[in-house]
Amino acid sequence: MISHITPLADWVVILPVLLCLIGGALLLMLRSAIRAQLWICLGVLVLVLVCDGILFNRVLAGGPLSMTMGKWLPPFGISVTVDVMGAGFALMAAFVTFCVVLAMQAKIPEGPVRDGAYPLILLLLAGVTGSFLTGDLFNLYVWFEVMLIASFGLIILAGNPLQLDGAVKYGVLNFIATTLFLVALGLLYGTLGTLNMADIIGAAKKADPALLTAIAALFALAFGMKAAVFPVNAWLPASYHAPPAAISALFGGLLTKVGVYAFIRVMVMLLPAARDILAPTITTIAIATMILGPLSAIAETNLRRSIGFLLMGGVGIAICCVPNGHLLVIFGGVSYISASMLIIAGLYLAAGVIETLTGTTDTREMGGIYSAKSLISIVFFTLILAVAGIPPFLGFWPKLLLLQGFVTYGNWLLVLSILLNSLLTLIAGTRLWSHIFWKPRAEQLQKAQGMGGTVLIAGTIVLLGLFPSLLLKAASVAATELLDPSSYIIATGLSP
Amino acid sequence: METLLAALVGLLMAAAVYLILSRALVRMLLGIVLLGNAVNLLIFVAGRLTRAIPPIIPAGAKIPVQPFANPLPQALILTAIVIGFAMFAFLVVLAFRAYQEMDADDTEHMRLAELPDQPQPPLEY
Repeated sequence: MISHITPLADWVVILPVLLCLIGGALLLMLRSAIRAQLWICLGVLVLVLVCDGILFNRVLAGGPLSMTMGKWLPPFGISVTVDVMGAGFALMAAFVTFCVVLAMQAKIPEGPVRDGAYPLILLLLAGVTGSFLTGDLFNLYVWFEVMLIASFGLIILAGNPLQLDGAVKYGVLNFIATTLFLVALGLLYGTLGTLNMADIIGAAKKADPALLTAIAALFALAFGMKAAVFPVNAWLPASYHAPPAAISALFGGLLTKVGVYAFIRVMVMLLPAARDILAPTITTIAIATMILGPLSAIAETNLRRSIGFLLMGGVGIAICCVPNGHLLVIFGGVSYISASMLIIAGLYLAAGVIETLTGTTDTREMGGIYSAKSLISIVFFTLILAVAGIPPFLGFWPKLLLLQGFVTYGNWLLVLSILLNSLLTLIAGTRLWSHIFWKPRAEQLQKAQGMGGTVLIAGTIVLLGLFPSLLLKAASVAATELLDPSSYIIATGLSP
Repeated sequence: METLLAALVGLLMAAAVYLILSRALVRMLLGIVLLGNAVNLLIFVAGRLTRAIPPIIPAGAKIPVQPFANPLPQALILTAIVIGFAMFAFLVVLAFRAYQEMDADDTEHMRLAELPDQPQPPLEY
């Protein structure tokens, strides 16, 4: 039994999640105070950002932090263990949510506010942050479900037929994915007798590798479905364009990244031996995803569906670091995911601005924005260059690291695939840009809405692209911790 | 006993997959219920079966007397049941609303988000 109380300063480990949950509950009670909702939501998000920032600073300087609940000693109590990867992703997620709420405030009508748009956003962030910070696999499942139920609410907020159709596909397939995750959890518990991540690392070394490989394959399927990896990606293009653009930005920036995060956490840190056996399969699906994503984007005429396919291509690159498992490659992968959170959310927000300007979602009917609204055309072009990975924008550095890693270890197929993905993404992006901005236009443009959040996120991308040292330093520490988890295990309170 | 229950889990899974592959939304929902129950049973069996020996610590002792039933899978299942029930309730209402709005239970006719005759993208710049 734990006899001492966790020092007050260490409560920052759980504070971001608690703040989101309390804020969400508060906003639900205040649902008739429509004016106050936005400001309370922004206030809570600023507090969460500050807590995430403090937490990130502490784990970057002093190694992982842990807190085990309910006086039970680990591995029996539920541990919340934070390493640099978790804290960094949580910080990014809170920042993306802040920008999305800023972009949303201008255009969200009263109805959805009364139906709970803001509380659901905070609850979604609670689920996402909880997934990044937890040190227990079953707890990760619970946070997945918190995230899922909040996203269900957000995707059908306006309740029109398009949203209902998207929500049916999103809901059924994501629910099956989390159930598969639960199956894998049950089997892992039956094999190792523990669900604490730090404890699994030690126990997995002694277990039968064949059995663990089967379980790891189930985990890969479940997280691959959440992350929209190629053969199980059909729900993403069918649903992500249905809700309002700001909600799409939230989903695109956060939800698929949680799937990728869980994929890396389980494959690289928890079950590395099984990962080595599954390596050829993971490489194949990663390559298929990163090529098919941008190819589908080229063939698409709906703006936000097209961005959804670009997002899919990015997921392929994010998971291609898993099978190799060397420090440089994991380093590139982790930094790619954090960059991609910002870039994809920014693209969706910019798409929202363009849609309010032109009043259509079809790229063939857009046009004529370049001369009238130069700021949004510059922002969108910056984001296109960032997602394709053109220097000096943010997307370039992670891709450079990945390429350097794959060249060092002689994995030429992946080198070629990443380069091809960048080329195809650039083609898809510039095609979108020229159709949306350069074509002549007869009708008048409408008023732009939601520029604030979009410009904030694009500005951050430019700044981080020009000064990437903090992001890259954090990612390199995160990769080191992933590959040598002894500090993680000690922080949880177990012996490596 | 464990082998028998494992076979039952497999049977339930197979039936669930068969139902989920159907085009009718109601059948898919029934499949999802079966899947949830199969998984709960799986977690229960994964914790090993120990009959009629509750994990209660006698007065004065620090740990329960060996052997005792594993209480953890029951806690896991309880959580999973609650979450699964909430999700299922949501999906049922969603399916009903979709039926009201689109007049369709068949996924073949639910093509609003992905139109069946997508236009070609412009071929020139």
